[in-house]
Amino acid sequence: MLDRLARHRLARHLLIAVVAGAGLVALTYALPPFRNYQLATMAAYLCATAGLTVLVGLSGQLSLGHGALMATGAYACALTSAELGDAGVTAPLLLLGPLVAAIVAAAVVGGVVGLAGARLHGPYLAGLTLTLTIVVPAITTTFADQLGGDQGLSVLVEPAPAGLGIAFPLERWQAWIACTAALLTMLLLANLTGSRFGRELRAVRDDEVAARLAGIDVGRTKVVVFVVSAAAAGLGGGILAVLTQSVSPGAFSLAFSLFLLMAVVIGGTGSLAGAVWGALLLVALPELTALLSDNLATSPRLAERLDGNLSLLVFGLVLIVVTIVLPTGLQGLFSSAAGRLRRPSRPSPVDLTHQPTTDTEPTDAQHTSTP
Amino acid sequence: MHSTRQPLRRPLAAVSSLGLILALGACGGGGDSAASTPGVTADSILVGTHQPLTGPAAAGYSTISPATKAYFDYVNSKGGVHGRKITYKVEDDGYNPATTQTVVRELVLKDKVFAIVNGLGTPTHTGVLDFLKTNKVPDLFVASGSRSWNQPEKYPTTFGFQADYTTEAKVQATYIEQNLPDEKVCFLGQDDDFGQDTLRGLTQILGEDGVAERQTYVTSNTNVAPQIGKLKAAGCEVVALATVPGFTALAVGTAARLEFAPQWISTSVGADYSTVAGALGDAAPLLEGFLSTNYLPSQFDDANPWVSLFKQINTDFNDDAPFTGNTVYGMTVGYLFVQALQQNGKELTRDSLLETIEDGGLDGPGLTALRFSADDHSGYGGAQMAKVTGSSQDYFGPVYTTDDGDTPVTEYTGEPTVPPTDGIPAA
Amino acid sequence: MDRFIFLTVDGLSRGAVFAAFALALVLIWRGARLVNFSQGAMAAATTYIAYSVTTASGSYWLGLASAVAAGLVIGALTERLVMRRVDPSRPLNAVIAALGIVLVIQAVLGILYGSAYRAMDVPFSRRPLSIGGQAVLSPYDLFVFVTVAIVMIALGLMFTRTGVGLKMRAAAFNPDMARLLGVDVGRMLTLSWALAGAVGGLAALLVVPTELGAHPHATDLVFVYAFTAAVVGGLDSPVGAVGGGLCVGLVLSYVSGYSGSDLSAVVILAVLTVVLLVRPAGLLSRPAARQV
Repeated sequence: MLDRLARHRLARHLLIAVVAGAGLVALTYALPPFRNYQLATMAAYLCATAGLTVLVGLSGQLSLGHGALMATGAYACALTSAELGDAGVTAPLLLLGPLVAAIVAAAVVGGVVGLAGARLHGPYLAGLTLTLTIVVPAITTTFADQLGGDQGLSVLVEPAPAGLGIAFPLERWQAWIACTAALLTMLLLANLTGSRFGRELRAVRDDEVAARLAGIDVGRTKVVVFVVSAAAAGLGGGILAVLTQSVSPGAFSLAFSLFLLMAVVIGGTGSLAGAVWGALLLVALPELTALLSDNLATSPRLAERLDGNLSLLVFGLVLIVVTIVLPTGLQGLFSSAAGRLRRPSRPSPVDLTHQPTTDTEPTDAQHTSTP
Repeated sequence: MHSTRQPLRRPLAAVSSLGLILALGACGGGGDSAASTPGVTADSILVGTHQPLTGPAAAGYSTISPATKAYFDYVNSKGGVHGRKITYKVEDDGYNPATTQTVVRELVLKDKVFAIVNGLGTPTHTGVLDFLKTNKVPDLFVASGSRSWNQPEKYPTTFGFQADYTTEAKVQATYIEQNLPDEKVCFLGQDDDFGQDTLRGLTQILGEDGVAERQTYVTSNTNVAPQIGKLKAAGCEVVALATVPGFTALAVGTAARLEFAPQWISTSVGADYSTVAGALGDAAPLLEGFLSTNYLPSQFDDANPWVSLFKQINTDFNDDAPFTGNTVYGMTVGYLFVQALQQNGKELTRDSLLETIEDGGLDGPGLTALRFSADDHSGYGGAQMAKVTGSSQDYFGPVYTTDDGDTPVTEYTGEPTVPPTDGIPAA
Repeated sequence: MDRFIFLTVDGLSRGAVFAAFALALVLIWRGARLVNFSQGAMAAATTYIAYSVTTASGSYWLGLASAVAAGLVIGALTERLVMRRVDPSRPLNAVIAALGIVLVIQAVLGILYGSAYRAMDVPFSRRPLSIGGQAVLSPYDLFVFVTVAIVMIALGLMFTRTGVGLKMRAAAFNPDMARLLGVDVGRMLTLSWALAGAVGGLAALLVVPTELGAHPHATDLVFVYAFTAAVVGGLDSPVGAVGGGLCVGLVLSYVSGYSGSDLSAVVILAVLTVVLLVRPAGLLSRPAARQV
């Protein structure tokens, strides 16, 4: 019985993914190149935010180091693509090989951190992952001969396959690659969180002692989810490296790791849909606020100071307001709004018994477990 | 059972609504002009740049692009170039290579700029070289002394601007060889290509043994006492610096408190007197006798016609901002770009501009000629020694010229340039 | 030997600052069970206030006093205006709100003061004094040690000898019980934040002038190192924070002094990993609750 349900769920998720994929392909034809590039960047971020939201929301482990895990993926991707390029390998292996390497490398690092993290609580794990992030530039400088120091490495990327036509824009091809990766990540994570493992995760998050009594291997569960989350971040980093044809430590600063976490929280912690909103926000907000500061600045000197700073100010205020007014994030807001709209017209018992947020949102019980 | 469906249905909804948002945005940005050259119309030219206006690296750099813009505004006020007014779109990348990727694509793909002018930073700009090459965008006067910009075969559209770090270091080493022959020479540099290229130039002239103690620092550790202590212990008499301005100040300040007073000699990157003295505050007198190289007119040299021209433009078009080495730098970039446009003539395409620059007609305020040709895309080809006296930083001795390879350092024989009377280069 | 003494003193001097800063983090952790990620930015703001006051008045001490006072105010305001309103059942949201405060403070500072480093002066010479021909300690190092020691002793006395201190401890240890005993838990929390703001501001003012000067990001790394120090020592333990701070300062100094390339961050990560693997809640943590 359970087996059949699981298979159905997989089929359903696959169907949805295929439909979403088709929609995205259509979208990439409608968008001009820069928007396609932004879509691709967003998809790369989505791999990381989706992995992070599962880690933070479902297992209750706080990571400030997902930027470093993305960097791991990006560097693995760059190094592998250089090796494969030297060996004369061409597409599609030249694309897939480095991405697989990105996933594996980040998963290995994630496994190591996860092993330590399984023993640690809240701020201690946060401290460890925070340090992981500030170590990235130190490592790239120390191994400058291999990793290129501050300047980083460039990534060998082939243009879109000739079969698509000469006029096929590179950015559309990039969007296809990135969206495919993001859809696969979402598909995998959606299945994982809906599975028995997902229930175990929530059990561990809500009450470790009870979970242990119920026969769940708490340590193993925590390590596995960290590895999965790291692998997703690694894929995101690899995709980012492919998009930008380069990788450097400055791209994976502490601020970037924090932004990833903020995106997850604003979107709605623990919700995969929220991860989509978070990734969108990461891409869109800087552009929107830049627009704002262009319109506000009156003198060159004021413009120099407002530029950039104004967007930080707006981002900061949004963060504070969202955490105070909307603790369940944007997705929580949309779900409850959608729920309110639906309920009066179509009072189905399913909608009423199943509040949209309950399955993926962290329950309050989780947090009382911090020391 | 229904719960298992939830995780994906909502993402799908989110993705599709997102598509809508992006599509709406796309409509706003549409409306391509039929013009063959992006960013150029009969009466306008749109160019862009990426600069660190925020973040830790912004200190010392955020005043460059306003100066460039001020020069363009000045030219625009006089009718522009061949009837075209220049718009300079400055994007903040916070010295973050990932942001640079996005803003440069925005400039090229969405805003459709004609060229990228003076994109700042080695790690940031390195990442967009391939993109700019693929899109055949002129990538002019990169603001960094890395040798990466001089690869005409690999990156035909990219041109440098600064005298590269190796060139400056070779001039310094020549000065040391001639004037401080018996002193023990040591080195403190940033742990990246800036430091390495500088050290390369020093050892090329002084020999591998000529640089005794070599110390490096990383910008994420603001305590340089261990390195300075080591230099002192080694008995260094001359310390060559490949440091950014903040770390020049740290090095000089730290050495003073360790009672270590070597002869400092720095590349132009970390030697701008106003910036370093500002960072030292009351300890600024420590800079007395501080040696450095530079390739642009000194901001303190009021007798220099370029400086008086730029000061006037700074007053009229830059809000009378403090006049520093960065102002001279930014306006020089503006001047060179206008000069290239003037020499190109009215018929302007990306290819024609690149050809014009490769013809080698650009000179501008620099102390030496620019080295541009079909097989050389490096910037200014030499430097002169300068010394801090009181609160002024003045040139002395001959101007030298050389390159980043093994060309020997020789005295520059060209005449110093003078600005055209109206401050706008001739067509 | 010379070099060893030099590196040790230099490391301890910076370590003392990390210790004071870590103490600020511990203050809030004990009161509110959360890590104040905005501690660094709050301190950057007080540093600018010291800079402005010192520039206007010409007095270092007036600047110092106003930085400490501003720290009190900023800490209290942060707690009253933001932290108090964040859903307490979701500590992650408090972390995010704090990060939001970081962005707001840094942006406001950037708009007000621009992005140039503002050089700041120190009240005592930083040249080491010699004892028996051996350069040891500069007057400024001494000033740092004395200041940090005074802060620690004052906090220690306050928590053990004064009514307010005892109330704060009660409110932190068991809020419900404290409430029953008539302690205004909310006010005690505000006080914790105010104190932490003042201590953090003081610590930043000791270190920023010795580096590049006031800047919106001048305290970013101080926060990271202090956080590491607090975690190494155990977030619940003030003594641990001090030990952790000194330890981090020494490690940074030895590594950048003795190793060719700058591996200090890597070594910090290694220390942290080892400590946490052996003692998952820091070196000076009390034994964990019994696990099944």
